[in-house]
Amino acid sequence: MLDALFEAFMNLLTLGHMGFMALGVVLGLAVGILPGLGGIVGLSLLLPFIYGMDTTSALAMLIGLVAVIPTSDTFASVLMGIPGSTASQATVLDGFPLSKKGQAARALSAAFSASLLGGLLGAVILTGFVIIARPLILSFSSPELFALTVFGLSIVGVLSGGNLTKGLATAALGLVFGMIGAAPATGEYRMEFGTLYLMDGLPLVIIALGLFAVPEIVDLLRGQSSVAGTSKLGKGWIDGLKDTWTYKWLAVRCSTLGAAIGAIPGLGGSVVDWIAYGHVVQTSKDRSQFGKGDIRGVIAPESANNAKEGGGLVPTLLFGIPGSGSMAVFLAGLILLGVQPGPAMAGRNLDLTYTIIWSLALANVLGTVLCIVAAPGIARLTVIRYALVAPFMIMVISFAAFQATRSLYDLIALLVVGLIGIYMKRFGWPRPAFLIGFVLATQAERYLYQAVQFSGWAFLNRPIVLAILALTLISVWLGARKKADGSSGGVATEGASDLAQASHIWPQLLFGGLMIAVFAFTLTESLGLTMLGGVFPTSVGIIGILTTLVAMVPLALGKLDSTANFDTEATAREKDIRGGAWTVIAWLVGFIGLVALVGYFAGLLVFFVLFLRFVAQASWIRTLILTAIAAVFMMTLANALNLVMPAGLLQEFFNLPWPFR
Amino acid sequence: MLKFNRRQFLAAGASAAAFSTMGLAGARAQNGVDFSGETIEWWIPFSEGGGSDVWARFYAPFLSKHLPGQPNVVVRNVPGGGSITGTNEFVARAQPDGLALLGTSGSTQFPFLLGDSRVRYNYANLNPVLVTPTGGVVYIPASFGVSDASELGQLSEEELVYASQGATSLDLVPMLAFHVMGLNVRYVFGMTGRGDGRLAFERGEATIDYQTSSAYLTNVTPLVEAGDAVPLFSWGSLDGEGNIQRDPTFPDLPHFVEAYEMMHGEEPSGVAFDAYKSFFGSGFAAQKPAMLPEGTPQEIIDTYRQAFVDAVADPEMQEAKGDVLGEYTQAVGDDVEGLYRVATSIDPEARDWVRNYLSENYNVTLE
Repeated sequence: MLDALFEAFMNLLTLGHMGFMALGVVLGLAVGILPGLGGIVGLSLLLPFIYGMDTTSALAMLIGLVAVIPTSDTFASVLMGIPGSTASQATVLDGFPLSKKGQAARALSAAFSASLLGGLLGAVILTGFVIIARPLILSFSSPELFALTVFGLSIVGVLSGGNLTKGLATAALGLVFGMIGAAPATGEYRMEFGTLYLMDGLPLVIIALGLFAVPEIVDLLRGQSSVAGTSKLGKGWIDGLKDTWTYKWLAVRCSTLGAAIGAIPGLGGSVVDWIAYGHVVQTSKDRSQFGKGDIRGVIAPESANNAKEGGGLVPTLLFGIPGSGSMAVFLAGLILLGVQPGPAMAGRNLDLTYTIIWSLALANVLGTVLCIVAAPGIARLTVIRYALVAPFMIMVISFAAFQATRSLYDLIALLVVGLIGIYMKRFGWPRPAFLIGFVLATQAERYLYQAVQFSGWAFLNRPIVLAILALTLISVWLGARKKADGSSGGVATEGASDLAQASHIWPQLLFGGLMIAVFAFTLTESLGLTMLGGVFPTSVGIIGILTTLVAMVPLALGKLDSTANFDTEATAREKDIRGGAWTVIAWLVGFIGLVALVGYFAGLLVFFVLFLRFVAQASWIRTLILTAIAAVFMMTLANALNLVMPAGLLQEFFNLPWPFR
Repeated sequence: MLKFNRRQFLAAGASAAAFSTMGLAGARAQNGVDFSGETIEWWIPFSEGGGSDVWARFYAPFLSKHLPGQPNVVVRNVPGGGSITGTNEFVARAQPDGLALLGTSGSTQFPFLLGDSRVRYNYANLNPVLVTPTGGVVYIPASFGVSDASELGQLSEEELVYASQGATSLDLVPMLAFHVMGLNVRYVFGMTGRGDGRLAFERGEATIDYQTSSAYLTNVTPLVEAGDAVPLFSWGSLDGEGNIQRDPTFPDLPHFVEAYEMMHGEEPSGVAFDAYKSFFGSGFAAQKPAMLPEGTPQEIIDTYRQAFVDAVADPEMQEAKGDVLGEYTQAVGDDVEGLYRVATSIDPEARDWVRNYLSENYNVTLE
């Protein structure tokens, strides 16, 4: 082991290796800064180039890129309230409120230093773990994985704010959306409305962007200001470093958590940040600031998500089973380079494994330094008038959305999920609960079915399963116990309910009614399925209807002081645009309509000009310059990715030249 | 592991380029097809990182090198709908000008063979230019005390468990094979890849499994050497006439038909076996075809076929192929048609039998 480690370091510290790694890091930063464009896009950018490079340099480049994405995606989460990638969804909860207070620099530097700590610690843990990982990973079979998804779902309890039933109902809604597509047990298609698009289920990136990015864009545009609300930015990046130092043990705990969960194949790393967030809330005495800008809410997920990438390497290298989308592309790169993952990676090829693990750590250091250097400049985005930023955000999130399957349907799905997100935010249905339900839907169903099939109901008696379920109970109790002052233990992710009590409750009742309708539809759909394909949708549908009803009862009875009463439109905003949310929604619908007519590129240009002139009221010169910037940016990206943008009606009839094709 | 440094690569590339330019002059004189300065899009109806994606990305630079005019060959991933979406889109939109190429896999061929109503493509109308075979090995735990296929009869009382990706996925082939063989196998569905199935086997949850050749060599051979697993048979490969042969990667292992004879003392026959043969051909022996759109002029098809002949003969490609292509003979030139037909056609009677089998046993109904 030691000589393998030594050999790895010799490989690592050559000039060539470092150079290629730096190249990967820079590219990763460029891609990672754009929300929604995670490692998959970056790695596929690199794949064509790794031919003809020697294995170590090409690996260095690939790893440089993988390593830095969970660091750089923090920019979008903290500055714009848009989850930069699946790894930093939870960072939004406290990172973005900090930005709104003008403390973006502090939040960023705390996030980056926590990321760094997580990455390095992850590497240390893995160096020892990789030797003994095989039997440990093999001890996690479907019953244990099912128990882990239950644990993941229990985090919903912490994120439900003052009203647990609303949280449960929202998680059930997320489960319903996650069930769209083929049933794991039977392959029957559910709720896909006979379309090919929904056959594979809704892509996660669209759910995340729709739930978080779209409502944020709408709100910020209505505020008619900048994100930070002021034109002055607090300095604060040294404060951020100090924060991480203060909470170093928290970072250490969350890194360990991240590395461990990342190493378990099948769970996927996409809930690691939420579990870390749940952990910090449960173990904190003062929870009053969570969701409003508590720096611990930034440090916990960020230290976990970087350690997770390292953890994810273990199943990828030892078993050839990628834990995430970006790991799948990384694996493809390895195979193209002639590296076949397998047990030899912890034996004969241990030096290569160590080279990979420590490249990841080194790339983390480099990426963090670059991010910290760039942070003050990029943080200035938060003081620009948002109406000028918004069209770029809409461009980037729609581009990221159609990376999912490269069709117009991706944009339509984004719009629909965005609408749901807007109303969930308005009526205080916790969006993180939806997201967790969505992510874990397939896993929960698949592993339960497989556990029963493989070991019968006796699977519940297995020691690790019992341990995880006990942990789940403790976690729920820690999250739900009331404080001495009677306040609840959960985090109100959508704001405090006492500030949003409405006297007109029919909009809320209508939304609740719609949710019940969705659950009822799920129930009717499940009737046509076989027992194995239908049992999960049926249960979720029933739970959904019951919890929604319980949440709605106080409202229907006119008890307006209930925690269920929540409508952010109850109090008039300081500033608003004419027509409120509907105006912004109309612009979004208009944009996608344009794309459907004239294709993505032409539609984008027209949208930019109109939006900048009429909403941002920019001068013609400014409008044209900004539109030109957007056009060049989009052409560069599409060219580099060799991407054909979604076509509209126009392209059906005319064969237009690129990029209008 | 593949190891060559950049200088060697460049030198090899340069000499190969010089060589192929000479070859090109001949090709161009022949039929006047020239792709200078063009970009060729190789459509792959799967997302980045999958087997088909890796296959196309591996071939792309060699195809570029051996096509006249050395065009830029790029892989375009159009994922979704279990690869039906991208293939439907290709047949609807691709022009027959030689600038668009389609690569599919068994999971694209199966819905076509099964008569799935969502399929809008017809393989008979596409023009194949390359067919890449693959293979796999079926193995069981050593604890059964079965040392080879001839002793499989001992397992007639035993219920075996197979971790499957789904009844209409590539795992349909083992399902049909086990059925023909008369093994008593229970299927647990919902695996996300063959790697998942292997993990289930290693954990002792699954008691029969197969892996494709490269995964078998790296991940199962250690189990066999440690005395934990026993290989039973390979799927085999197909010769030019469509006869099942031993897999070149595993010359010492019987193929499926031999294994059947070892177990039952006679050759397999009947409609179930015919169905098995079709899906085995489509899923393994001729798994990945590359095709040009309907209506492509013959000289473009010939140019592509020649380019793949040259690419496969390229010593540099032979050196680099490693686990991506394995030991399998790539069907190029005149060998393409025969193998392609095996991969993309099925006897109507066999099709009805499979559809019936799936709906009766696994509730799979295909409109």
